[in-house]
Formats: sequence, structure tokens, C-alpha cells
Amino acid sequence: MRILEINHCRKRFGENQVLNDISLSVEEGQVVSIIGPSGSGKSTLLRCATLLETMDGGELKYLDRAAVREENGRAVYAPPAELKKIRQCFGLVFQNFNLFPHYSVLRNITEAPILVQKRKKEEVYAQAKELLKKMGLSGREDAYPYQLSGGQQQRVSIARALAMQPKMLFFDEPTSALDPELTGEILKVIRDLAAEKMTMVIVTHEMSFARDVSDQVVFMDGGVIVEQGAPEIISNPTQERTIRFLKNFAR
Amino acid sequence: MAKMSLGTMILKMSEGLGTTCGIFFLTLLFSLPLGLVVTLLRRSRLGVVRGITKVYISIMRGTPLMLQLMVVYYGPFYLSKWISKTFDVTFRLRWSGDVLVPIIIGFVLNYAAYFAEIYRSGIESIPAGQYEAAQVLGYSRPQTFLRIVLPQVVKRVLPSVTNEVITLVKDTSLAFTLGCMEMFTLGKSIANSQSKFTPFVIAGVFYYVFNALVAFVMARLERRLNYYR
Ligand SMILES: Nc1ncnc2c1ncn2[C@@H]1O[C@H](COP(=O)(O)OP(=O)(O)OP(=O)(O)O)[C@@H](O)[C@H]1O
Ligand SMILES: [Mg+2]
Repeated sequence: MRILEINHCRKRFGENQVLNDISLSVEEGQVVSIIGPSGSGKSTLLRCATLLETMDGGELKYLDRAAVREENGRAVYAPPAELKKIRQCFGLVFQNFNLFPHYSVLRNITEAPILVQKRKKEEVYAQAKELLKKMGLSGREDAYPYQLSGGQQQRVSIARALAMQPKMLFFDEPTSALDPELTGEILKVIRDLAAEKMTMVIVTHEMSFARDVSDQVVFMDGGVIVEQGAPEIISNPTQERTIRFLKNFAR
Repeated sequence: MAKMSLGTMILKMSEGLGTTCGIFFLTLLFSLPLGLVVTLLRRSRLGVVRGITKVYISIMRGTPLMLQLMVVYYGPFYLSKWISKTFDVTFRLRWSGDVLVPIIIGFVLNYAAYFAEIYRSGIESIPAGQYEAAQVLGYSRPQTFLRIVLPQVVKRVLPSVTNEVITLVKDTSLAFTLGCMEMFTLGKSIANSQSKFTPFVIAGVFYYVFNALVAFVMARLERRLNYYR
């Protein structure tokens, strides 16, 4: 089953064409890694896919529901009620967590399922407990974000996204704001999710991680997809730009 | 006039304290929420609304409160006089009843503008990531504002609000402009009739104690919001 489909996505900021004809599709259970140099448009692509940024042209579909379609060369968005439903399909994990600082860990995780999805409190609390256990955070329900390490905060934010029971998760450089010794714990959580066949799109600079965990690797540069394919392209890139990028990276 | 003892002076002036407190609490009661409304208008998507609100705020901050009180009090009279003359009708508007009403209106209009600017800086200091996280989780705009943004704004603006509240305590003395018998006005008339400076000292002590209480209460509020950072 196809979870996400992006066709011919275009986006520019002023004169700066940040995304140029990007197409990408993600099947259920797939893990897709997006790699590429700084400023290549990776975050912008994720922000367009998660409806945080409006695209100028192209299509965006979740499970065959159209969030954006193209008409006369321009992007047309679905009505707000439809977009609201579509938002339930995905979760997003930010580079800098963006937890709600005035809420306890438990409330960070449970408020949206209760408030937005109108699910039963008991059920949501039970699920949150389960998620916290999985994230190695049992017993930290009542802590506030400032009392947690960066790695713990990021695990809470992953739990918060998972509590919405999304069909897929986006990660935008989930370990970039963390000390190297905390990076591992987040990568392990993502590996575990991949083993459970969670559908994920991950922007990352962790090349060996991307190679291990992905079904598909996308290399972006200058707003276009330069190379795309099996994770082996990280070890054996064919495009000159990819080779250069990975070479710089190895140093 | 008969000579007054210190005790009599204090007692007489305390009679005006009720009015002083009335001005203080009623102003806060109305201007704190009104300030929020003004901020929201100031951030409206409609340019006209934004423009009008901006002008209102700049007038309130750019002219003395004393003058604004006089405009609220005498404005309707002179306006009706002008209208009568221009359109050849006769009617007069005049404040009747308690002078406290135009005073409170003047204070509220003035303080709401200051609070609005404080709230605005607070709202603008909330990182975009908070809105984005809420949006991705499906919060509506009002939910995002009321549950995610506003509580954090309250914490951030509390110190600035405290400053404004302390200024308000001292500003209540401006009510004398409209002949309101609040504590300071009473003190002044006693000082005049007795040719004594003592009432001013008493007034100073009153304001100081009042503000000490305000500072105490606000510090407690701040401590209460210290459960997160
Ligand atoms: N809101 C914005 N307004 C204007 N320009 C923007 C905006 N957001 C991003 N850009 C520009 O778009 C380009 C792509 O940015 P983007 O953040 O998508 O890159 P990235 O691949 O995620 O880079 P990094 O690896 O550094 O995170 C950059 O040139 C950036 O300056
Ligand atoms: Mg980025």
C-alpha cells in the first residue's frame, strides 16, 4: 500500500527555487532516508509534505487522499476539513524536539490524542505508559521537558508523535541537536521502529545509519533529487555530485 | 480649621484609600483582558484593524494619562456642543453620577494599550516551533493559542506586567484631575488646610506599603509558574 506520494513538487522562496520537480513515493513499512548537503532543500521538502509550508506546484497524496493537486500549473490545497483528516496520517519529529515546556511528559504525549482525536482518556494514558516504557522513560511521566536530557526529550517527542497512531513518521535530523553520545540512543529507537515496520522518512547526516536502516535512499542537491535507490548507493554512488558529497562526508 | 492630630489625618486619608483601591482593582480587572483583545486586533489579518489599533496604542502611550482622563471627562460635552452648533440641534452630553466611571474608563483605555504591547512582545517571543508542533498534532488555531501559546506568554510577561501594576498604584493619584476624592487628593486638601507636609509623608507610606504588597503577590505568582522553564 502506498502511504505517501509526492509528484513534481515545486517550491521557491522569492528568487530562490528551493525544490524543483521533486517526486517521491513511500510504501507501507518502508524507510526512506534523505541525504544531501546543507541548503539542498531537505527540510523544505519535509515541511511541504507535513503541510507546514505550502508548495507552489505539484501533488501531495496520503493513502490516495489528495492534500494537494495541481491545476493549471499551480498547487491547489484540499479544504481545511480534509487537510485536518490528512494530518492524522503522519507525525513529525523535529530537530529541536519542540516539546511543550509547560506540560509534563505525560501531558505532552496525551493531550493531542484526547483533545484532537477525542479518544478515551484511560486508553490514551495506557498507551502513553506503554510508549514511555518502549522509549526507556518509565517513571518520567511527571517530569517537565527542562528536567530531561536532549536525548530523553527527543524520545518524548517521538512518543508524542506515535501516540497519534500515525500511518507514517517524518524525522528532520532527529539527532543533530544532540551530543554524539546521545545520538546513539535515538538512532536505536528509530532502528526499533524500523524493525516493527513503521513507515518513516528520515532526513539525516548519519550515513552508516541511513545505509543500515533504509529501504530507499534519496540524495538531494540544489532542490533536485540527484540520485535515488537502494541503500547501497551510499557505498557505491554513481552520480558525480553524490560521490563528491559522500567523499567530503567521510573526511 | 481645627488642628488635626496625626491619627486624624491618617484616618481621614484612609477614607480615600477605598477609592484608590477601587480605581486600582477595577482598572486591572478590565484592562488586563482588554489588553489581550487589543493585541489580537493588533495582530489581525485585516490591515485596517491593525492600523487603527496601532494608532490607538500610539496615542495612549504618546500622551499623558492626565490629559486622557480630561478628554474622557470633558470630551463628550465639547463634542456635543460642537455637533449642536454644526448641525443646528441642541443636545448636551455630560457625565452624571459617580466621577469614578470616566476615571476607570480613562485608566482602562490607557493601561490596556500598555498591556497589549507587553502581551505582543510575549507572543512574538514564543518560538515558531511551538506553533508547528501543535499544527502537526492537529491543534486548531484557537486551541494552539489558548493551550500552547498563552500559558507560556503569561509566564514570560509577568515581570513586565508587575512593573506596569506598580506604576498603576502610583498613577491612581492622577484621579485628582477630575476632582475624585481618592487618598492623595484628600491628603493634598488636608496639607493645604493645615499648612502641613505630614499628609504627603503619609501618602508616601501608603503607596509604598501598597506596592510592597503588589510586589509580594506578583513574586508569589512568578514562583508558582516556576515549575517549568
Ligand atoms: N522560510 C524561508 N524563507 C526563505 N528561504 C528559506 C526559508 N526556508 C528555507 N529557505 C532556503 O531554502 C533553502 C533550502 O533550505 P532547507 O532548510 O530546506 O535546507 P536543508 O537541506 O534542510 O539544509 P540543512 O541540512 O542545513 O538543514 C536554503 O537556501 C534556505 O536558505
Ligand atoms: Mg534542514
